[in-house]
Amino acid sequence: MADALQIALVFPSLLGTYGDGGNASVLAQRLRWRDIDAEVIDIAVDEPLPEQADIYVLGGGEDTAQTLAVSRLSGLASVVQRGAPVFAVCAGFQILGETFLDARGATHPGLGLIDCHTNRLAGSRAVGELLGLPVVDGLDAPLTGYENHGGHTVLGPDAAPLAKVEAGVGNGEGVDGAVQGSVVATYLHGPALARNPALADWILAKVAGPLAPLDDTEEEELRRERFAALRRGRFRKQWRPPARDS
Amino acid sequence: MSLRNSVARATGSAAAGLSRLTGRGSGTTVGGRVTLMLDPLALRRAAAGRDIALVSGTNGKTTTRTLLVAALETRGRVASNGGGANLPTGLTAALTGDRTSPRAVLEVDEPYLPQIIDTTRPRAVVLLNLSRDQLDRYAEVSRIATIWRKALADVPVAVGNADDPLVVWAASGAHETVWVAAGQRWTDDSTACPSCGSVLVRTTSSKDVHWHCPSCGLSRPTPQWMVEGRTVTAPDGTSYDVQLSLPGEVNIGNAALAAAAAMTWGVTPAAAFEAMAAIPSVEGRYLETTIGGRPVRLLLAKNPAGWVEALEMTRPGLPVVVAVNARAQDGRDPSWLWDVPFEVLQGREAVATGERSRDVAVRLRYAGVEHVRIDDLSDAVRAASPGPVEVLANYTAFQGYRRVVRDG
Repeated sequence: MADALQIALVFPSLLGTYGDGGNASVLAQRLRWRDIDAEVIDIAVDEPLPEQADIYVLGGGEDTAQTLAVSRLSGLASVVQRGAPVFAVCAGFQILGETFLDARGATHPGLGLIDCHTNRLAGSRAVGELLGLPVVDGLDAPLTGYENHGGHTVLGPDAAPLAKVEAGVGNGEGVDGAVQGSVVATYLHGPALARNPALADWILAKVAGPLAPLDDTEEEELRRERFAALRRGRFRKQWRPPARDS
Repeated sequence: MSLRNSVARATGSAAAGLSRLTGRGSGTTVGGRVTLMLDPLALRRAAAGRDIALVSGTNGKTTTRTLLVAALETRGRVASNGGGANLPTGLTAALTGDRTSPRAVLEVDEPYLPQIIDTTRPRAVVLLNLSRDQLDRYAEVSRIATIWRKALADVPVAVGNADDPLVVWAASGAHETVWVAAGQRWTDDSTACPSCGSVLVRTTSSKDVHWHCPSCGLSRPTPQWMVEGRTVTAPDGTSYDVQLSLPGEVNIGNAALAAAAAMTWGVTPAAAFEAMAAIPSVEGRYLETTIGGRPVRLLLAKNPAGWVEALEMTRPGLPVVVAVNARAQDGRDPSWLWDVPFEVLQGREAVATGERSRDVAVRLRYAGVEHVRIDDLSDAVRAASPGPVEVLANYTAFQGYRRVVRDG
């Protein structure tokens, strides 16, 4: 057998606020369950980005962490150039764009790997269940997850959305996420790939070829429960503390 | 006392009684809410003239408050807020319900700490730790540290955990600081320097954990109180073998923080630790009881840092029930399950339960932990193999188990 497929979890201590590191575990396990050797490599923030990993995973993070992460991720450009999949969530999504807002609300240059700009959502943060219908080839199952962000992301002509939003906010334009070349991005936490095994396999197929089906009974049960919860429509009514400094 | 004030208190306590009678709650919060509504200054008035300690932080508030109350009660009566009522309403109820105790120890929900410092003018504030918790409600951890720092500049004494950079940065502006090496297992929320945003450098030796910021110089202060295993060393160099009934190394750290605060009131460490030793459980936390005829121990864990500690406390080999809800008090988003290293349960028997048991089941599947999923909390305990069971639950699931224990 060839060497293990390497899944690089990029700066989990900075970009991992919402359990998004789980995305890397899900990718690796779904390969192992198919007898494909896989390993997750945690990239510490003071380490260089590995050049030859097979998939790169970025998660959500706080504002200060975002600017710090950007300053250390110039190596991602060559990863994208050679076509290795990059899966990015929330803050990870925002920093891959042309610009995003830093902790002070100032516009900060991103890595320029997705044709998009992120500003502040009008009104309050987008917090709650997010449901999207995929608008990319080869992916049909609805996408479910939880969003928690204040970003309004406007895609440019080079980026396509990942899904049309059925419930929730997503990018703030009726769509969620972005697909551009080998980069796939979304606002879905949950983590996204645990709640959407079809999305996980869609990304894995890019590096491992056609994949045998798995028994995803437990994931399907979780998905049905989340869809039902959304239909009951209770999840947007949330108490939040009044004391905020912003 | 003004008429408005006494009417407000009387109406508040009537509302509390009504809430208890109708079975809607313990009454603490609604009583306090009514009092505050009728008299917005009720908390300020009730706090005036008393010697107050506040306890705040992501994990350990209730336990540390209980430990500190035990230590201060060696000096006389102490008012305090139980039942998790740690918002302004709960604090108001606690202080208006006990008008005579000269001292009060109050636990405070983290985002409310600035407001409560302003209202109650505490002599000392105990700061345990800050990490991600209920992100759907509180947004970012660093924001809490920022508002704390501003508020703590007005505090006479801050007793802080020297091992948590967010606490150190927030507390260092207080008039006097007492640093305790209370430990920090969860470092993922303080990768970046809270002061300047650079990457913090952590070094661990056999005895000590050190951290510093290479760019702005913020660093771990030298602790006056040291903790190594069960041994706590006070500022005068005397070491105490701390024997708690409560499990876990984390509680030795909490006891050291409480002892450091108690010393501000002249309670000796020996007297403080002796008073703490007798506490068997804290509002159901660590309680050993039976459910469905099975011996269980109840462990509360509300966020990743707390789960890491709770998983460490479980006795090896025993079946583990993992009970998770996602109500408002828990945080609506259980994504944090993926920040918890459930992989440590591999080879053990696990049961997923609670209102979000399906999320738990998926998490355990990917962690490689054999498990079953059972909706009902009691049935989940019965589903485990015969013998004692460790029950780990987040906030409202834990309250569910307490009701099961109470109602049989």
